Amino acid sequence: MSDITASRFKSRMNIGDPLFKGLTFFFATLVLAVLAAIVSVLVMDSLPALQKFGPAFVWSQHWNPVKDNYGALVPLVGTIVTALIALIIGVPFSFGMAFFLTELCPHWARQPIAIAIELLAAVPSIIYGIWGLFVLVPIFQHYIEPALIATIGQIPIIGLLFQGPAIGMGVLLAGFILALMILPFVTSVMREVFSAVPAVLRESAYGLGATRWEVVWRVVLPYSRVGVVGAIMLGLGRALGETMAVTFVIGNAHRLSLSLMAPGTTISSTLANEFTEADGAIYTSSLIALGLVLFVLTFTVLAIGKKLLLRNVGKGGTA
Amino acid sequence: MIPQPETKRGIMLRKLKSLSFATALAFAPFTVHAADISGAGATFPYPVYAKWAEAYFKETGLTMNYQSIGSGGGIKQIKAKTVDFGATDAPMKPADLKTFNLIQFPTVMGAIVPVVNLDGVKPSEMVLNGHVLAEIYLGHITKWNDPAIAALNKGMVLPAIDIAVVHRSDGSGTTFNFTTYLSATNAAWDEVGVGKAVEWPAGLGGKGNEGVAALVGHMTGAIGYVEHSYAHQNHMIYTRMINKDGHAVEPSLETIQAAAANADWAHAEGNYLVLANQPGADSWPMTAATFILMQKVQDKPKTGRETEDFFIWAMDKGDDLAKDLVYVPMPDNVVSMTKALMQTLTDKNNKPLPLAGHAL
Amino acid sequence: MNHTPDARTVTRRALIKRRHRFNTAMTILSLLMTAVVLLTLGTILLTLLYNGLQAIRPSLFLESTPPPGSAGGLANAIYGSLVMTGIAVAIAAPVGIMAGTFLAEYARNSRLAEFVRFINDVLLSAPSIIIGLFVYGVVVVSMGHFSAWAGIIALAIIATPIIVRTTEDMLSLVPDNLREAGAALGTPRWKVITSISYRAAFQGILTGVLLAIARVSGETAPLLFTALSNQFWSTDLNAPMANLPVVIFQFAMSPYEDWRNLAWGGALLITTAVLALNIVARLSAKGRKS
Repeated sequence: MSDITASRFKSRMNIGDPLFKGLTFFFATLVLAVLAAIVSVLVMDSLPALQKFGPAFVWSQHWNPVKDNYGALVPLVGTIVTALIALIIGVPFSFGMAFFLTELCPHWARQPIAIAIELLAAVPSIIYGIWGLFVLVPIFQHYIEPALIATIGQIPIIGLLFQGPAIGMGVLLAGFILALMILPFVTSVMREVFSAVPAVLRESAYGLGATRWEVVWRVVLPYSRVGVVGAIMLGLGRALGETMAVTFVIGNAHRLSLSLMAPGTTISSTLANEFTEADGAIYTSSLIALGLVLFVLTFTVLAIGKKLLLRNVGKGGTA
Repeated sequence: MIPQPETKRGIMLRKLKSLSFATALAFAPFTVHAADISGAGATFPYPVYAKWAEAYFKETGLTMNYQSIGSGGGIKQIKAKTVDFGATDAPMKPADLKTFNLIQFPTVMGAIVPVVNLDGVKPSEMVLNGHVLAEIYLGHITKWNDPAIAALNKGMVLPAIDIAVVHRSDGSGTTFNFTTYLSATNAAWDEVGVGKAVEWPAGLGGKGNEGVAALVGHMTGAIGYVEHSYAHQNHMIYTRMINKDGHAVEPSLETIQAAAANADWAHAEGNYLVLANQPGADSWPMTAATFILMQKVQDKPKTGRETEDFFIWAMDKGDDLAKDLVYVPMPDNVVSMTKALMQTLTDKNNKPLPLAGHAL
Repeated sequence: MNHTPDARTVTRRALIKRRHRFNTAMTILSLLMTAVVLLTLGTILLTLLYNGLQAIRPSLFLESTPPPGSAGGLANAIYGSLVMTGIAVAIAAPVGIMAGTFLAEYARNSRLAEFVRFINDVLLSAPSIIIGLFVYGVVVVSMGHFSAWAGIIALAIIATPIIVRTTEDMLSLVPDNLREAGAALGTPRWKVITSISYRAAFQGILTGVLLAIARVSGETAPLLFTALSNQFWSTDLNAPMANLPVVIFQFAMSPYEDWRNLAWGGALLITTAVLALNIVARLSAKGRKS
């Protein structure tokens, strides 16, 4: 619409228009106000901890309620590592599914399968948590982790990531469940991005004798590269903030460990476990400071992701 | 596109929405008031508090809502006055009680027991002591067939599997009592220290006594520390312990009572008393009392009175329920001291709270 | 013409064969991946059904949460979830629709609109536990106690951005010539929006509200620090109130058999509700298109 349509209304002389417009404006600014409030409350309440520990808070390994000495390093590393595992497992799967759905799937099956994948997204995260706890932990403890320790664990250097007692719970399992959770989201964004590629490009590639895979890998993907990265970053943002699915299976240990089989903690599961019982100003403030760190992290990742997706739309134009 | 008149589907959806809203509202006429008394804190006594609440409700119709969120949470909530009483098994020091204007009294005593998950081991078969427990939790002993463990368990076949150490991930009085005991029996534990939450050198964390029990149940080769009821109710494999006098004892009403026999409550300022590693041939070494905290000045006198009534009822009539769950009730002299302590509670205008009510 | 192909053709043919084999391999791989993911979804739902159905009986809906070792149900949690979700969406819907209207009808492509959209997206994707922290710091601490109201505010903050987004999307799909037709007839702008734009986008906006309900019903983290939970039946919004997600969280991690059964039952209830809402939302979106 724009100014032409808007100008049709300008000559109105009634009270309803400015009133209604003011009302909608008010609610729109309310959204802004809420975010501003969240940021300011987070910052204000983390000040005591940040003032005590300074920037060293971010890289301190300690988490000692006895001596009131806290640091964000262990939860932060846990958050990032589980999210990375989620990406490493999830992105290839998402790509495979997007490839399948856009190129290979017969038309009648396309919608049902897409719906099924989106239903995965609708399942609340706490369900993933209890399913992970009751079903996956024993499987990981008795089958998958021993197998990994016996095979990859023996290879020098990279084997260091696969050591230790197989307890099922830990960073690896948490990352695996996160992968499941971001899969539907990343897949659907990838599908959209792939479908936005102009048919002309695809058809000319086929015309030159390219196989389906080659069309996707060498034409569609490079064309929508920016959007795909944007999708991945959005998935990363979701994985970083996920709480319930992770809390059940990560083992809640405030310790850095090289092995992925070891228990660890993430920022959100630390908050979920400890916040209601944290006693003491510095303890509580440190937890809120953790929340602030998480917020800054997810905000940055999401902002980058969105920018990339917007740029992809601009570049690709309309399908 | 001309706006269509509302489709059948649209009408149906609208009706569905108002129907579900109406259904939700239909519950509203149930003007049952919220819980009369609310408390939060330790998971250690939760089984007995829950049974008491159930029985008290049957007898008086008053509800007691207890959220077992850990001793740290209980202390935090009562300081913030977001609950009517806090529960903790890590007693507050007398100085802190004065600062926050709280009273503290013990309700029951229970046993912390080590629980293990090993095939072929029966409850009460294995024997451990404080020194070895500390070594396990320090991460110095990592396999079940370690010579130190074998030395205490001659004749038992111990598997060569890794020990999966389980501790608490939340702020816990059980941890406080457990670490006090470890500190008393193994000098190396001092590097970790004593507290409701510590920087654990090894293992993974479970939330609440329930979480630890659940984790140990899930993993073969696991060891954890829980309050006795949790081990008992969930048919877990608990171990015997060697007490200060060198005897291997079982956790039971008798051994807890033996440990409590030396407890001098009369001279404990603010009722601050930690019962870990008590002497006595039959004493259970990891005995702990659990405490209730209440504000000295009650903003809501009626609720304060009801809270007092509940605990007086529990101390007078709840003994059998407690014993069923292997908690030892407080001896009579302590009960009288507690009742006297309750007389010191006042309302905002410094008037004492009358002790009328259901318990008498 | 001789039948032995020359070296170039041989390599070319070999290359083509290899490319096709690779293509087939990738095709099979992607098929397998899709199958594995769908199977996993199936497994999750089947496990949920198997364990949850065991807990479905009348007492689940009629009795409140029990102490460990006693029988009971989830009545108070179900009620709490219904009420808190209902009120939260009742707050979020007008706020969201109004804000979405501002973006789609008034501000359109202005800098302000871009900014509001961006902030809205940030809120939309913010970890819900952060929102729980915020509401704890602002509402629970000032009220002095946990309450259902705090939980409702947290859920409303989570639901609003979803409704803003979908409302804006749906309203911007309404073609301008409809609005101009209204203007030509002399209708004031606010009336054009309410009786033309809203009417046209109604199904879409409703879909957005349903999706918000679905999303909010499964949220646990924000309720942990706000509404807490309550083992008794309570309708007092000014006090802690039981709700399905927190009760499931507590019960699932416990060692008690009967509590774990209830946790599965509650999980089945939530998942059924959420999936049903999603499917209804999709169907209503489809209905609009036809």
